[in-house]
Amino acid sequence: MSVLAADTDAAVAGVTDGATVLVGGFGTAGQPMELIDALIRTGAGDLTIVSNNAGNGDHGLAALLAAGRVRKVICSFPRQSDSYVFDALYRAGKVELEVVPQGNLAERIRAAGAGIGAFFTPTGVGTPLAEGKEVRQIDGRDYVLEYPIRGDLALVKAHRADTLGNLVYRKTARNFGPVMATAATTTVVQVDSVVEAGQIDPEVVVTPGIFVDRVVVCPVTTPLAARGAAG
Amino acid sequence: MSRGMNIERLDRGPLTRTELAQQIAADIPPGSYVNLGIGQPTTVADHLSPDRGVVLHTENGMLGMGPAAQGDDIDPDLVNAGKVPVTETLGAAYFHHADSFAMMRGGHLDVCVLGAFQVSASGDLANWHTGEPDAIPAVGGAMDLAIGAKQVFVMMTLFDKSGRPKLVPVCTYPLTGVGCVSRVYTDVATFDLTPDGVVVTATFGTSVDDLRSRLDVPLLTG
Repeated sequence: MSVLAADTDAAVAGVTDGATVLVGGFGTAGQPMELIDALIRTGAGDLTIVSNNAGNGDHGLAALLAAGRVRKVICSFPRQSDSYVFDALYRAGKVELEVVPQGNLAERIRAAGAGIGAFFTPTGVGTPLAEGKEVRQIDGRDYVLEYPIRGDLALVKAHRADTLGNLVYRKTARNFGPVMATAATTTVVQVDSVVEAGQIDPEVVVTPGIFVDRVVVCPVTTPLAARGAAG
Repeated sequence: MSRGMNIERLDRGPLTRTELAQQIAADIPPGSYVNLGIGQPTTVADHLSPDRGVVLHTENGMLGMGPAAQGDDIDPDLVNAGKVPVTETLGAAYFHHADSFAMMRGGHLDVCVLGAFQVSASGDLANWHTGEPDAIPAVGGAMDLAIGAKQVFVMMTLFDKSGRPKLVPVCTYPLTGVGCVSRVYTDVATFDLTPDGVVVTATFGTSVDDLRSRLDVPLLTG
């Protein structure tokens, strides 16, 4: 049974109002722009978005925010030189923000995908981001209790998939993709290209297809250097 | 006070930003795994010659990060923690975010260099949020780096634009980490934060006595 979707609209079909959506990417590197555009077209709103950042410029996550579809953002670093869409919504009180240390964000998502109920981490101990959370001393060091973050939907960008959904990524565009792919009810991946099963060396598969529900091809249409100039 | 006199460099002014970066680079042990955060600390990389064998880690999933990319080498899939396009060195490795932060939290990084709003005498760090009502909080990987790296170096000016010390008895800004800073490099002096207290290891264009009059922190001289 192939995981291939006909297009991005088919790939994201079924998302509902109030869904929690894990969105890969670090800035624009690895941000699944075409899948986010399709998410906007579904009309789904009241979304909770889990991503490292809160949008850059006017595209991708920023466009989703500008369309008024997001109730809450859970991220590590919303404020950037080009995060003006989020900044304005936040200052107008139109979007909630939960700031999570980046490693806790990754590990909370990983925990959800790995069936971990909660975990103690030293990150954030003694800071405002640990306020109200249980702290336990283990072997003389303080740790704070953090809970998993699970998604109804994960949108991930990878480099290449095979027809079974096995994935490889490209350079630092990998970032949150492999952990997010494990942590959602439905994981949708956009890739530059798809190959037949067996055409990706099993030793280099990063995300095994068991974590992937749908794959859609969004070919790279501009040279990499030109994409960089727009980023 | 004779030992104190030996560390005073009164024949010159404060360190320039470049000299400060050089100073820190010179103190990074050969072969170290190092994270340089974002912003000014990343300039330390310009002074780490390849023969030192220092491997740079970037939080967004790479070991073996090279210099900033230029021209045709710019690749939007290859950026550093500040989203600046970079290059890879021979032997580079990519990995996902959970692994990247396991490298920090698990104590695998030898050194990280971070900027700061304030550092306390006991090594508390405040570098992510001014706490002002209009400020949008953004922590990124700072809290993970601060508590994870074996040694945390801070790179900052010793005084803010209003002349207030940034090395303080107790941080007034929201904390990034508790008791995590081991060394503070500033334009006018460098400090080791030890269990015995704050030790001045060098001054530039100022004296230890002058610093004592301007800081609310007791200063030792080794």
